[in-house]
Amino acid sequence: MVSAVFHGPFDRSADAPASTREVAPTTTSTSIASNTDKKSAEPVKEPKKSSPWFDTSELAAKVLPPVLGLGFLIGIWALVSMGTGASIPSPIDTWGQAVQVFSDPFYRNGPNDQGVGWNVLQSLQRVAVGFSLAAAVGIPAGFAIGRFTFLARMLNPIIGLLRPVSPLAWLPIGLLVFKGANPAAIWTIFICSIWPMVINTAVGVQRVPQDYMNVARVLNLSEWKILTKILFPAVLPYMLTGVRLAVGTAWLVIVAAEMLTGGVGIGFWVWDEWNNLNVKNIIIAIFVIGIVGLILEFALVKLASAFTFDEVKS
Amino acid sequence: MNNTPSVAAANNPSLSSKYIEIQNVGQTFKTKKGLFTALRDIDLTIAKGEFVALIGHSGCGKSTLLNLIAGLTTPTSGALLCANKEIAGPGPERAVVFQNHSLLPWLTCFDNVYLGVERVFGYTNPGAPAENKAQLQARTDAALAMVGLTHAAQKRPGEISGGMKQRVGIARALAMEPKVLLMDEPFGALDALTRAKLQDELLEIVARTQSTVVMVTHDVDEAVLLSDKIVMMTNGPAATIGEVLHVDLPRPRSRVDLADSPQYLSYRKAVIDFLYTRQGHVEKAA
Repeated sequence: MVSAVFHGPFDRSADAPASTREVAPTTTSTSIASNTDKKSAEPVKEPKKSSPWFDTSELAAKVLPPVLGLGFLIGIWALVSMGTGASIPSPIDTWGQAVQVFSDPFYRNGPNDQGVGWNVLQSLQRVAVGFSLAAAVGIPAGFAIGRFTFLARMLNPIIGLLRPVSPLAWLPIGLLVFKGANPAAIWTIFICSIWPMVINTAVGVQRVPQDYMNVARVLNLSEWKILTKILFPAVLPYMLTGVRLAVGTAWLVIVAAEMLTGGVGIGFWVWDEWNNLNVKNIIIAIFVIGIVGLILEFALVKLASAFTFDEVKS
Repeated sequence: MNNTPSVAAANNPSLSSKYIEIQNVGQTFKTKKGLFTALRDIDLTIAKGEFVALIGHSGCGKSTLLNLIAGLTTPTSGALLCANKEIAGPGPERAVVFQNHSLLPWLTCFDNVYLGVERVFGYTNPGAPAENKAQLQARTDAALAMVGLTHAAQKRPGEISGGMKQRVGIARALAMEPKVLLMDEPFGALDALTRAKLQDELLEIVARTQSTVVMVTHDVDEAVLLSDKIVMMTNGPAATIGEVLHVDLPRPRSRVDLADSPQYLSYRKAVIDFLYTRQGHVEKAA
């Protein structure tokens, strides 16, 4: 059930075990036969791996579609570029520019002209600070909301009201209160990444199987032991899903926030290049933003699957 | 485990003929459709060292009764006593083996058992000082050895079979040296062969530890083979005890020898008769 949440763009291979895991727990407890099924299913895979014939076709099946997809994208891009009389630069021109940009990503020519590397790092730093603050507040809040019905009922209307608000609507409030572009951007990241973490953690706590809580009661465990040995590990997969959603949103929002606040950052870089009418750099920035987002997502999916345990449910 | 004072008490019938007392207990639940009476007028005494099976059709409140003894729920009427004290809540002196083993999947088998051992023996109790880590680990190892799972101690529940998981659940319960062992259809989810093997192991362990056991089951053979007393429940809703059958088969019992023992067969017949002739209208009642 939980594991089904962790589908990432990179996660094609992890996908299959995740979904079998989802099915397995329901069957393991009902009969031992399903357990042997699971074991016998594993060795079947191995001859596949050892046979070179299967290996190459499988490789082709995995590599070919993504390559075709990227080729399709570049093809469309080239057509659009030709159609607009190269006001949108062609893929080849952009590639040439990209090689130049990435040959020196860390130069500094004054505050408004810095390498793309600095811009990305600045954005990542803002995301990291805003996100950490959100995690520090949101995860404990999620635990409290999940554990105490009164708190949940009290805070649900507030969350329901504030969550759909576009994070950028909070930017003026940030500017007003913190009187600076950088803290205002961090504030925006904070407010947009806190909700997924609060909600997912709370749902995770509410869904801890009653069996585990009964074990805790029969063993008469202390609150601390319940938190560390039962609640936290049981909630971790939900929490990490919240973290993944939060980081994704934060990375979406930072670009927009930086366009408005200025300074150094990938969003500001995009806006700056637009003012310079340097469309090639804008396209490069789009790719950089996409690739960084993909890496963040991939890392968090890996992290989440490492902490997902077989659920024991009847 | 054999030389604990509780064993001495178990051998003294005057002290312990009414170890668990269930007095006029009823249980109603609030549902959307109004009050639902699950149990009514339950009166039962269980002696120390006795093995009691609760049997009945599904929905007859067997598990509800077990949860009441465990203290996981409180009765709406009547009282439950254990060793002359009212059962106010769950506690390690009444260990529960859950139907679906309920092992924590992120802990190894060893740690699952250790969690209970640490809670019971790792703190200063009246009459017993806190034990050190080595002693606690020794207890955990001993419990796993008792169910034959020393080799799987460092495995996680996801890596072992259903029968092994259930054995870890039993080890976790027994390692706490409970006064009463409560088992909620412990072998219900297992295949017939594994179930038989675990029943034999349980018989042996119970004989060795002189435990008081209350077991919920829907398996007639299991009930007759294991118990001293079979409590047969009428169909729900508002289920109650229909009949109590005393099983006077000599111990140790062997399933092979009992298979054609006339005494065994007559007990078996009595239970089947109750379940299928007198309480056989389960579909109509439900």
